[in-house]
Amino acid sequence: MSDDLLIRHGTILNPETRETREADLLIRDGLIDKVAPEIDVDAGIREVDASGKMISPGWMDMHVHFREPGYEHKETIATGARAAVAGGFTSVACMPNTNPPIHTRDVVEFILERAEETPVHVHPIATVSKEREGVELAEMADLQEGGAVAFSDDGAPVQHAGLMRRALEYSSMLEAPVINHMEELTLNPHGHMHEGDVSARLGVGGIPALSEDVMIARDVEIAAVTGGHVHVAHISTARGVALVREAKARGVKVTAEVCPHHFTLTDEAVETTGFSTHTKMHPPLRSAADVEAVIEGLVDGTIDAICTDHAPHAPHEKDVEFNAAPFGILGLETAWGLSVRELVEPGHLSVEEVVRKLTVAPRRILNLPVPAIEEGAVAELTVFDATSRWTFEASHIRSKSRNTPFIGEEMVGRAHGVYSKGQWIDPTE
Amino acid sequence: MAPDAPDTPSSLPHRHLLDLSAYSAGDIRLILDTAREFRSVLDRPIKKVPTLQGTTVANMFFEPSTRTKLSFGLAAGRLSAETISFSKSGSSVKKGETLRDTAENILAMKCDMVVIRHSSPGAPHYLSRVTDAVLVNAGDGAHAHPTQALLDVLTMSEHIDTFKGLHVSIIGDITHSRVARSNIQALTTLGAEVTVCGPRTMIPPGIEHLGVHVTHRLEDALDRSDIVMALRIQLERQDEGLFPSLREYHDRFGIMGDHMDEHPDLLVMHPGPVNRGVELAHDVVDHERAIILSQVTNGVAVRMAVLYLLAPGRSAGLDA
Repeated sequence: MSDDLLIRHGTILNPETRETREADLLIRDGLIDKVAPEIDVDAGIREVDASGKMISPGWMDMHVHFREPGYEHKETIATGARAAVAGGFTSVACMPNTNPPIHTRDVVEFILERAEETPVHVHPIATVSKEREGVELAEMADLQEGGAVAFSDDGAPVQHAGLMRRALEYSSMLEAPVINHMEELTLNPHGHMHEGDVSARLGVGGIPALSEDVMIARDVEIAAVTGGHVHVAHISTARGVALVREAKARGVKVTAEVCPHHFTLTDEAVETTGFSTHTKMHPPLRSAADVEAVIEGLVDGTIDAICTDHAPHAPHEKDVEFNAAPFGILGLETAWGLSVRELVEPGHLSVEEVVRKLTVAPRRILNLPVPAIEEGAVAELTVFDATSRWTFEASHIRSKSRNTPFIGEEMVGRAHGVYSKGQWIDPTE
Repeated sequence: MAPDAPDTPSSLPHRHLLDLSAYSAGDIRLILDTAREFRSVLDRPIKKVPTLQGTTVANMFFEPSTRTKLSFGLAAGRLSAETISFSKSGSSVKKGETLRDTAENILAMKCDMVVIRHSSPGAPHYLSRVTDAVLVNAGDGAHAHPTQALLDVLTMSEHIDTFKGLHVSIIGDITHSRVARSNIQALTTLGAEVTVCGPRTMIPPGIEHLGVHVTHRLEDALDRSDIVMALRIQLERQDEGLFPSLREYHDRFGIMGDHMDEHPDLLVMHPGPVNRGVELAHDVVDHERAIILSQVTNGVAVRMAVLYLLAPGRSAGLDA
């Protein structure tokens, strides 16, 4: 049973054409029934007033950790989906660092089955290698047939260059990207934060930008030779952005994503928070010059998509000393508020461009259709604004975990509701 | 030593000693002045004052330590504080109890002050947020070892007139040294110049932004120095590929008897424990211008001063 809904007076944004128009939008039986300036309906249908708000295709976060199966104390597909909806996301792609990893078809199918109970479209990313061990290729074709949209060994980046070559050759046959967490691990034996002035001052083991840059350089070369599509996960370094820019100019099939925390915070946050474990993530918060470079990369299109790397960890896991804490923070619920604050308000990107990086771009990378807002289409959309100022509080969190450095921070812009899988959900209710 | 500036405060405007970043030159001078008074107590036949009677200090050492732990224990005892000690090596997390739980259990025995040594940088900062105790950092990873730096500058002050224009070189594995970081902070705050010297693999990128000179030639460092401080080389760094061998290290960065002859005013310090024949040649350790054992004595006095100045509800004077 789906919710029928009339959204009145919203500004409908088409991120493909960047056109906007003001209209009413009627949804019946989960389909967009009518888009017109004034729609008359029978009494009884639910109406939502979207005056002063915008409506776009539902947002997609192509990099989340929903922790199921295996780490349900951090997050489940159900609680992750709640966090997604609260942040305005109707679709996500979830990473395979679960237990067991998403390395066989039955795990893909398990995730899809669990996701059916949620209002969110959950697209599994399967492993590149069996057991996520970086030795033998996983059954990529079977995984794709089961529903996997991409391949990644996630936080255990493919170290073996020969395996990466085979993975990109094999995946090009399947027309699916290989997503690599770009890190040459021998360059980062003991790191807990970005290697730079702040780590030098704090005596914290450094994760050098070099470990990311070297891997991007390697994978771009392998992609160039194999014709495979390599996607750079959560890019964070200035040189990394330059390498992707150069590779794109040469026609290499490479795409990239960035997380809001990497264009919002720098490594200084580790010091100013007194070693808060909520400033510890992987890749780490980088320098001011890196932040500037990733914003430039977003502006000139080198970086295609905005993702969150939503990485829930249970409170007791983060309530420890810095070196003992796991890497990662929540992201879904603060992505829009930070993107508008850091990208739109200072004039780097327009609202339309940010929405494009949250809708069209991730789906292009993963070869998924972009939901259309036109009569007859299946309704998958997000209602939002890009101007309201609000403070993110712990009470807003819908994730099972609480690990975010942004509690108490001002956000600009907010998601007011999503329509997805036949349901209207207003997260502020 | 003549004071470098006249305005020394009479109390510390800090609740904890986590690191020296918030400590002004005046704060440091107050600690040194107080330590000198305690130093005279240590020279008396009865080396004890009743100053911290009724105060309980918990010494929590999550990393192996001999001298720092003994030094803090003795300092608390000589102030008549009660102490409890706790030692555990390795990560508490792996053994099932978190740092916070361990600390809260010890604090539930009603301790006023916690002295903590831990392998994770920021561990004392973290505990200062989750507990009510006064925290004194006795070394957190490679981040800070503030009482070591304070005892080092106290020791230096016994041999110099002023920190202005003083040049101190720190030799060794700067990357992994909390002693180096805290000394850089203390010395630059007091107006001294600092050079760090060691193999390129042991000098962290960005260290120059702390206001220090960097060189990889020991002779350059010694030429410009009044005082040289050698750091202990951890043998396991060889396995990590940070230097090829102790032999080559000693040859390039070890301080030899010849260096002492070539620099007739040079003083040598070392935070201990010394690897004889590595950082310092055997005869340098015992040289009359090696002031390593004064550092150890001053360690007790400085820790007495820090505990005294940070003790909650401090009101009694030194001789009360």
